[in-house]
Amino acid sequence: MLRKETNGEERRFDRDEEEDEEENDRGLDAWERTYADERSWESLQEDESGLLRPIDNKTLYHAQYRRRLRTATAARIQKGLIRYLYIVIDLSRAATETDYKPNRMVVVARQVEAFIREFFDQNPLSHIGLLTLKDGVCHCLTELGGSPESHIKALMGKLVCSGDASLQNGLDLVHSLLNQIPSYGHREVLILYSALSTCDPGDIMETIQKCKSSKIRCSVIGLSAELYICKYLCQETGGSYSVSLDEPHLKELVLEHAPPPPAIAEFAIANLIKMGFPQRAAEGVISICSCHKEAKVGGGYTCPRCKARVCELPTECCICGLTLVSSPHLARSYHHLFPITPFDDVAPSVSSDPHKVPKNCFGCQQSLLAPGNLPGHSVACPKCKQHFCLDCDIYIHESLHNCPGCESFRHSKSQ
Amino acid sequence: MTPVQSKIYTDDVSLLMVLIDTNPFFWNSINSTLSFSKFLSNVLAFLNSILLLNQLNQVVVIATGYNSCDYIFDSSASQNHNQRAENLLQKLEDFVQKDESLCRDDSVDGPGFSLLSGSLSMALCYIQKVFRSGPLHPRPRILCLHGSPDGPGQYVAIMNAIFSAQRSMVPIDSCIMGAQHSAFLQQASYITGGVYLKPQHLDGLFQYLSTVFATDLHSRSFLQLPKPVGVDFRASCFCHKNTIDMGYICSVCLSIFCKHHKKCSTCG
Repeated sequence: MLRKETNGEERRFDRDEEEDEEENDRGLDAWERTYADERSWESLQEDESGLLRPIDNKTLYHAQYRRRLRTATAARIQKGLIRYLYIVIDLSRAATETDYKPNRMVVVARQVEAFIREFFDQNPLSHIGLLTLKDGVCHCLTELGGSPESHIKALMGKLVCSGDASLQNGLDLVHSLLNQIPSYGHREVLILYSALSTCDPGDIMETIQKCKSSKIRCSVIGLSAELYICKYLCQETGGSYSVSLDEPHLKELVLEHAPPPPAIAEFAIANLIKMGFPQRAAEGVISICSCHKEAKVGGGYTCPRCKARVCELPTECCICGLTLVSSPHLARSYHHLFPITPFDDVAPSVSSDPHKVPKNCFGCQQSLLAPGNLPGHSVACPKCKQHFCLDCDIYIHESLHNCPGCESFRHSKSQ
Repeated sequence: MTPVQSKIYTDDVSLLMVLIDTNPFFWNSINSTLSFSKFLSNVLAFLNSILLLNQLNQVVVIATGYNSCDYIFDSSASQNHNQRAENLLQKLEDFVQKDESLCRDDSVDGPGFSLLSGSLSMALCYIQKVFRSGPLHPRPRILCLHGSPDGPGQYVAIMNAIFSAQRSMVPIDSCIMGAQHSAFLQQASYITGGVYLKPQHLDGLFQYLSTVFATDLHSRSFLQLPKPVGVDFRASCFCHKNTIDMGYICSVCLSIFCKHHKKCSTCG
């Protein structure tokens, strides 16, 4: 027990003042109580040779992942696959606060960079644009584009904070920019807000109603505290509002916006979009590239309509405006359309029939037994009934999107 | 573990996952100019040479069958230090028999496709386990020895596996035994940065394997390996299955059509 014997005299003062905490008071200060409640050093264990065994966080990660999976329902909900997303970054005075190390602006820029890469990985047909809130006005940093490198380069070059943040100016600019996009696209805004106030020229409620009628889905991630106006904005437009506690939590919240959100059917009219599938030009062919405006040798793709050369896909042809994609880009979005079912938990029970639960994970051949030959945690696919370890479960649902069991049996229900 | 281990883990240690196609309809058909037993003797010699290249190299063999897929051999398992070839062949024979007993179709048109997506998924799960084992691990890659034709129903699953391999930076090499090219494996090797090869003279298979596929990932930058030739990324329309240059994509379900329609026939 952590009782501070030496400071007994000072302790009597505190005890008189904090009488309501007597039932909890073991003579400890508040900061000491956090260590007394969770004695993390006691969960360290040694193995046979006296070396420290790493703390088993597996069940904790798995529980977190299961929670995430349940909230992001895997049912066949229509998702908005062609997204036009504007990221609004708050570069006001509040972003120089050092509660996130080194300061909020750098942390936000880092997370936005990771988000942009993840976003284009999961939504190759979508576009992102960047806006900044500085000195009470909103500036457009980059136009809507499909190339992650150009956005990241522009962002990292302009990291200066000053002035106030104006939510209304940001929403006004987003509204005017998103009005120009085609009707089949889903319009979204993600605001990373560090300030505790907003400096608006007019009535922000009107702006929010304008965004709502233009079917723009606004989400906000706050870095300081919850603001009513942000909450109202997100509720009205159908977005999500969350406030981050620290950098890992901020990363989790930002990356939640990478997979496509459930789509509201009236928001985007289903349409057949004309797209081109260019072939790769033969090696050694010299042509003038339309994006860099200089002669290049080999590589590149030829637009099927106007025969201009482009360097990378997906892109819009500069000359004729045709959207150019390749079939793997479409295939990247198929796992949103055909999600795999979550696996069922299999509780480890000592009395279970040893023939029912296999000894090894079907995917990675890792032993499913806990140390000491006791039955350990595992999960099972409801369709093919194969057992997997917890790590394979996370990998399969977050990255692979294929159940190895269902794919390995020809006559399973999914084939 | 003694600290000496860290000095031996150089940058050319590799983990090779070999996916062997055991589809009996392909190996017995006219498309195969090599008998399965000759193929196996070439592959066994190749696997032994991989294990000789570096003391810490590891080889895992997964069989891609017609009805099922399974692990056949893992060189890091303790019982496989002696009599490697015997253990591998024994397990392979057990697998082929089990695969045959699972067969429900009485007659099959042509060679039929084998379950490549299943064995790719299993290989990727194993590779993730190796990544989790700590900071010192061999660099993994996948080699597909494939001959059966592509099964169109597996397209989505194979593309998912390819993108996951690309994210984990695992190259997928392919060596085609059959008569025709495999579009899926061409795309796999192109997207993940692996090598695609269709040998012209299959009786010299060991020579192709040891010159093209035996080098570890670090040393590949010093070699001139076969370049990808004309990978076709065009899509096929859902209505006629023709490859098209320009098409119409439904914004909701991403179905591809060659002509403009008022409504998407897949999702309406």
